Amino acid sequence: MSDQPSVSPKVSCKGVDVFYGDQQVIHNVSMDIADRAVTAFIGPSGCGKSTFLRCINRMNDTIEGARVEGLVEIDGENVNAQGIDPVTIRSRVGMVFQKPNPFPKSIYDNVAYGPRIHGLVRDQMDLDEIVERSLVRAGLWDEVSDRLDSPGTSLSSGQQQRLCIARAIAVGPEIILMDEPCSALDPIATARIEALIDDLRQRFCIVVITHSMQQAARVSQTTAFFHDGRLIEHGETEMIFTNPADTRTQDYITGRFG
Amino acid sequence: MSSVHESLTRRRRAEMRFRAYGLAAIALAVGMLVLLLATIGVQAAGAFSHHKLQVSVEWTDNASGPTPPVATLVSRLNTIVREDLETVFPKAMQDRRSQVELHDTVSRLALLPVANRLSRDPPTSGSLFAFDVALSDDIDLFLKGSPKLTSTVWTDGVDSIEQTVGDSVELIYEDGGLLALQREGESNEPTLLLQMGGVVIRVASITDSVVSGKVLVGEVSAIDDQDRSGAIVHRVAAPELQRNVSDQQIAWMLVLQDAGRIKRTFNADFFTNADSTYPELAGVLAAIMGSVFMMLVTAAVALPIGMAAALYLEEFAPHNRLTRMIEVNINNLAAVPSIVFGLLGAALLINFLNMPRSAPVVGGLVLGLMTLPTIILAARAALRAVPQTVRDAALGLGASKSRAVFDHVLPLAAPGILTGAIIGLARALGETAPLLLIGMVAFVAEVPDGPNDEATALPVLIYKWSNGAERAWEPATAAAIVVLLAFMVLMNAAAVLLRRRIDRTRL
Repeated sequence: MSDQPSVSPKVSCKGVDVFYGDQQVIHNVSMDIADRAVTAFIGPSGCGKSTFLRCINRMNDTIEGARVEGLVEIDGENVNAQGIDPVTIRSRVGMVFQKPNPFPKSIYDNVAYGPRIHGLVRDQMDLDEIVERSLVRAGLWDEVSDRLDSPGTSLSSGQQQRLCIARAIAVGPEIILMDEPCSALDPIATARIEALIDDLRQRFCIVVITHSMQQAARVSQTTAFFHDGRLIEHGETEMIFTNPADTRTQDYITGRFG
Repeated sequence: MSSVHESLTRRRRAEMRFRAYGLAAIALAVGMLVLLLATIGVQAAGAFSHHKLQVSVEWTDNASGPTPPVATLVSRLNTIVREDLETVFPKAMQDRRSQVELHDTVSRLALLPVANRLSRDPPTSGSLFAFDVALSDDIDLFLKGSPKLTSTVWTDGVDSIEQTVGDSVELIYEDGGLLALQREGESNEPTLLLQMGGVVIRVASITDSVVSGKVLVGEVSAIDDQDRSGAIVHRVAAPELQRNVSDQQIAWMLVLQDAGRIKRTFNADFFTNADSTYPELAGVLAAIMGSVFMMLVTAAVALPIGMAAALYLEEFAPHNRLTRMIEVNINNLAAVPSIVFGLLGAALLINFLNMPRSAPVVGGLVLGLMTLPTIILAARAALRAVPQTVRDAALGLGASKSRAVFDHVLPLAAPGILTGAIIGLARALGETAPLLLIGMVAFVAEVPDGPNDEATALPVLIYKWSNGAERAWEPATAAAIVVLLAFMVLMNAAAVLLRRRIDRTRL
């Protein structure tokens, strides 16, 4: 837990434990996540990175029997405090999932859904503008501007994933969580998403879970290595990949286990 | 290598065998279905048409007063029909028995609709009034081919006809060669009728050149030279004692048919009449309306409750011992025999809550209860089939649980829920047992106006008609089954159409 980012953190976690029923899956994780930067979570499957990620937008609430202890703060505000509606947290924290999961609706409706339910728009023009801006930011506008009415599921999977990113951006979040966003995509689509992530870094705090060491090295400024539900190492990406402090980190990134 | 080859041929053969079994199973199933539908269709075909006697009479109005009541008109029409038949067949008046037989060929009650029409729109006096009157069920069945009547043309001309005693005659064919006729006549077709023009003779015995018999219709003197040149030979497949139409009645019908007085018409009464104790007048309209009202009540009860229960259990309920117990019990309820629900209805709704007996509202409630578990199970299965990623996507955007469910999960599950609901309702539509217990088996001769009126349902009507003593109930039962099946097909088609529409709007 060396090399804390210098600027004030966007997300601050202290002593986070997560239990599934009686089983503890996250052990005492403390970590600060910087704003306007990409943080990569790496680690072998089942190490708890997804579970930890879902603590940030309280998506663990949707899992039966999951219990989160410890402190998770966004801008100093405890997301687990009493009286905090997970809905407001999730409007501030967007999420992109492993498998592209556009709604079986039109491209337009996919992007417009978030702004609509949160009442972010006054009229149709506002909405049109948000949809266009989000699609532009997600780098999808040029490809779909002439067929906003066609179903989101008719796009290629790379396009679908960018649509999901546009959908998340449309709500105007501060943080975007991405749970292995490229694992179902081919290398070309992956490259586009990576470029997009790099682009989005200017505006958002981004957390990416990835199984690809190269991807973590390419897109992130900070990397956190998880193992067996514990945060093993957390620091600047360059440091982690060139000079890891822990032998387990070294073993993992050199491909000796995991 | 060779062992792999050997096992490969063996495996291939096993696969071929397996495919053959599958094909055979499908062929068998399809064959059974076709056989079933064909049997019902053939049986039912008879009930969708009916033979009627065309009568036309010069209408003489009762000069005084308003139009008489319908009952009077019925008896007046009845007299007209009887007199008409008696003019055509004057010999029937010779004895009481044949007079009754003649009168029995038409259905007196079938004059009721004619009388109704007459009272609404009386013809002017002196004008020709033509109407059709349904023939009795037994006559109708005979004309539809039961017992079977085969008619062939006998081209030998008769040389002389001798009237012996009364109606007995001897036909002398000098050329002989009648044994062929005899052989066929004596096999297992006891009744042989010879028709020459307007005269019908029942054959009593045949020698090589002489046919002796009895004149059933017409006068021998009326047979002209042209009639003598040949005869139509009618064979009736069953002996007179084993059927409900007498030889005499058959002879009358043959003559009436020749005169073009009998026509086969589409039996509209079957669809516009309520139940009746006379099969030729019985219709399915009351039962259809009863079933429709019942289905409305069933759907109104089972759909919202079932959907709400399924949504809560699948999407919102915590998984604990209580919900697990509820789930198990819903599964158990789905397997409860339907008659038990009928008992519940009788005990709770009728005895305790004093709801009306034989009413579609009670039937609908009982069937709704019966359908509820089916709908809950189907809806839950459909909801469970919606991928978790859809819920995650909505929740991740900050949609509340219920928004995610109603905006995304429910539309995706709708086709499945709909299919389950229609299957449940179709099962309820075909249900008989619980309705027997709540008194919907009662004889209801009027079309119900609402769910609180006395009514019966289609499957119950089928059950009742299948117990009818007269043979004419048989095609009527089959026809009612066809109507029920048509309703099922209609419901399923509606389900398919709705599914398509939902799929299209959902993109």
